[in-house]
Amino acid sequence: MLAGWIVDHLWISLVAIGIGAILGVTTGIFIAGKGRERTAEVVLYFAEIMMTVPSLALFGLLMLLLSRMGLSAIGFLPAVITLIAYGQLPILRNTCTAIRHVDPAIIEAGRGMGMNERQLLFKIKLPLALPVIMAGLRNAMVLIIGIAAIAALIGAGGLGVPIFRGLRNARMDLIIIGGVSVSVLALLVDGLMALLERWITPKGLKG
Amino acid sequence: MIRLERVIKIYTDGTEAVREVSLEVGKGELCVLLGPSGCGKTTTMKMINRLISATSGKIYIDGMDNTSIDENELRRNIGYAIQDLGLFPHMTVGDNIGTVPALKGWPKAKRRKRAKELLELLRMDPDGFIDKYPRELSGGQRQRVGVARALGGDPPILLMDEPFGAIDPITRVGLQNEFLKIQQELHKTVIFVTHDIYEAIKMGDRIALMKGGRLVQYAPPADLLYRPKDEFVAGFVGADRGLKGLQLIRTKEVMWRSPPTAKPEEEVKAGRERMERQGIDWLAVIDDEGRFTGWVVSSNLERGQKVKEIMSTSAIVATRNAVLSEALSLMLTSGLNVLAIVDRHNRLEGVLTFQAIQEALREAAEEVTV
Amino acid sequence: MRHQVILATLLTLLIGATVWVTSLGKVGIYSTFTYGDLLYSSWAHFKMVFIAVVIATAIGVPLGILVTRSGLEKLALPVIGGASVGQTVPSLAVIAIMAPLLGFGLQSAIVALVIYGLLPILRNSYTSIKTIDPAIIEAAKGMGLNRVQIARKIELPLARPVIMAGIRISTVITVGTAELAVLVGGAGLGKITLTGVFAREALIILQGAAPTAAMAIALGFLLEQVERWMTPRGLKQA
Ligand SMILES: Nc1ncnc2c1ncn2[C@@H]1O[C@H](COP(=O)(O)OP(=O)(O)O)[C@@H](O)[C@H]1O
Ligand SMILES: [Mg+2]
Repeated sequence: MLAGWIVDHLWISLVAIGIGAILGVTTGIFIAGKGRERTAEVVLYFAEIMMTVPSLALFGLLMLLLSRMGLSAIGFLPAVITLIAYGQLPILRNTCTAIRHVDPAIIEAGRGMGMNERQLLFKIKLPLALPVIMAGLRNAMVLIIGIAAIAALIGAGGLGVPIFRGLRNARMDLIIIGGVSVSVLALLVDGLMALLERWITPKGLKG
Repeated sequence: MIRLERVIKIYTDGTEAVREVSLEVGKGELCVLLGPSGCGKTTTMKMINRLISATSGKIYIDGMDNTSIDENELRRNIGYAIQDLGLFPHMTVGDNIGTVPALKGWPKAKRRKRAKELLELLRMDPDGFIDKYPRELSGGQRQRVGVARALGGDPPILLMDEPFGAIDPITRVGLQNEFLKIQQELHKTVIFVTHDIYEAIKMGDRIALMKGGRLVQYAPPADLLYRPKDEFVAGFVGADRGLKGLQLIRTKEVMWRSPPTAKPEEEVKAGRERMERQGIDWLAVIDDEGRFTGWVVSSNLERGQKVKEIMSTSAIVATRNAVLSEALSLMLTSGLNVLAIVDRHNRLEGVLTFQAIQEALREAAEEVTV
Repeated sequence: MRHQVILATLLTLLIGATVWVTSLGKVGIYSTFTYGDLLYSSWAHFKMVFIAVVIATAIGVPLGILVTRSGLEKLALPVIGGASVGQTVPSLAVIAIMAPLLGFGLQSAIVALVIYGLLPILRNSYTSIKTIDPAIIEAAKGMGLNRVQIARKIELPLARPVIMAGIRISTVITVGTAELAVLVGGAGLGKITLTGVFAREALIILQGAAPTAAMAIALGFLLEQVERWMTPRGLKQA
């Protein structure tokens, strides 16, 4: 049973981080572009406010929206959407600032040697921004694993299930199993992604 | 090779950075853009490779309007080195130097070979440095890599914006000399930006002195020094034009080519005779391979029998390509009125005397003013 | 300016939604909560958050500053590092674990909120002191200020805005986390939200969630003003 909860939990988190990464990194790259400073500011501000909205509130809003649209208001879909939304701020912010903060002299050198915008992005900006983007993804993943536990409330499964069941029936063993497992999972994934972050950092940037 | 015709740049905020500059740089020439900070040197330079677009006027490269060439294609054929370097920190030295070759689609092996050649040219051990990352290099080494990278695609033209600006004066002098030597071999057409008059006089075939976005005087360094066009030029060149003139002459032009020497094992007596015959009060001491080891001076002659007992060892030397101002300052540190000129293996090639410097300077001034 | 507009719009929307749902009286087979319920729950929610943040501040600020003092630096890594690891633990887990540890009740809820709200305060207090340019301290010493004067005249004014930011972040997080604190016996808006969740009735969820979101946003905004007001003039960005 525990294995099932863990698998469910990981699955929903991975789907959310996968989609969230694609969405967040592309948007982050876009808003880091020249002349989009104001767009970036507004997008980042929204993402920031997003984070202050309690996750339960977001679940509620999505239930409302999805049921109006005739979609399943409970379970996997609203959970994944909420998780994606929560993961956006760290991903967007890190991607955008990392790309913005690439030393202008480096960019000018690249441009001066005849790189076009695409080459500048893929050969210079992204490789240099990669460690910071990775840190954003790691941050988002930890958040997502934590909120995914709450998503059990709207029928998304995962390690929140034993926790809520335990709380409702005063089954301390279930609470401990769920609470400890989800914590260990978060710490493990965090550690693994920290390793990945170091591994992915270009050699010339390692201190 | 490069021709600017009434080029004007007005930035969007209204700053008139460049006001009608016309300028022609011949093939293989090194043109220095000189002037106080903010006078429009960088702007002028960047319009050549179109990092900045000119507001009006034309720029021709080899007779072709530079706006008619695709900007990236244009830039790949114009080497570019800047003060802040902009070395790519995530790439090795080899990959940095190979940037333009990679953009031009050269195969990997050829790029690596090219990088090694250039490291060799800039006197860096190719095998030791090619796989290093920029952060593992010293300031001077980074500057060399910056220059090597600009030369990567073997461009006929080089744009250099204060390329030796951010390093200590001693390393800078070394790099200037090496660059001049390289330039003698490669004959690139170079636009070199600096605000340092000494550097300008030393490096330039011609100097374009700018002020407030205008070109004030465009002339060879000696003309600028001895025939300033107006008050501004005279003021910028400064009152000590004699000293600055020392930048124009190299030691090899005035050194004493086969000077009297002594060997350590020799008797002092023989040395004394040689000094008296030549009417000098010093002898350069060299070993059996001809390497310079120190000096014998007349005031010490009584102190021993053999040369090695009375000589004072010295490591202060210059190369034949050093300019006289550098040689003079070395001479002053040594406390003698002679300086040993040596080759790469420290073998004595000649000596430079204080009188030789004085004479050279007198001649230079007369030549221009008559 | 634009930010204020966005904030005002959001707050209006959230409060409007709450009022609208409340005025419905009935959603499906469920009665909505009354204004009285809402006010009472909001007040309880706020009280719980307030107590938790005050305690977290009382622990976090001194502790964070203490481990920057010479002689105690060895403690910095375990304290700050330990707190960071603690932050990785999901909030739900921290809250739920309180039940087996301390039983159900308000005290469990508050302890959980304090633990979870501690890290931002601790970390900001620590970095606020740590990131002060050593040259500034050096200069102060050189001018003959003693340790107490340096702390009062230099370190504290420079550190204050950063510490305040930590308190703000902690408050905003705690408002959200407090919704879950109901699960171990806490009070507040979480009661309403969870009623909606268990009934699978989105509008009732909204009735609890919208005021919570409004509270988080409003408190965040207010504390940001305090932060700005506390920032020494010379450090403010134009
Ligand atoms: N992007 C820009 N926008 C507006 N003004 C600029 C810009 N770049 C340079 N300037 C101004 O143009 C003038 C010339 O600048 P620059 O060419 O960089 O001078 P230099 O290289 O001789 O120091 C200066 O007054 C500078 O402030
Ligand atoms: Mg400049």
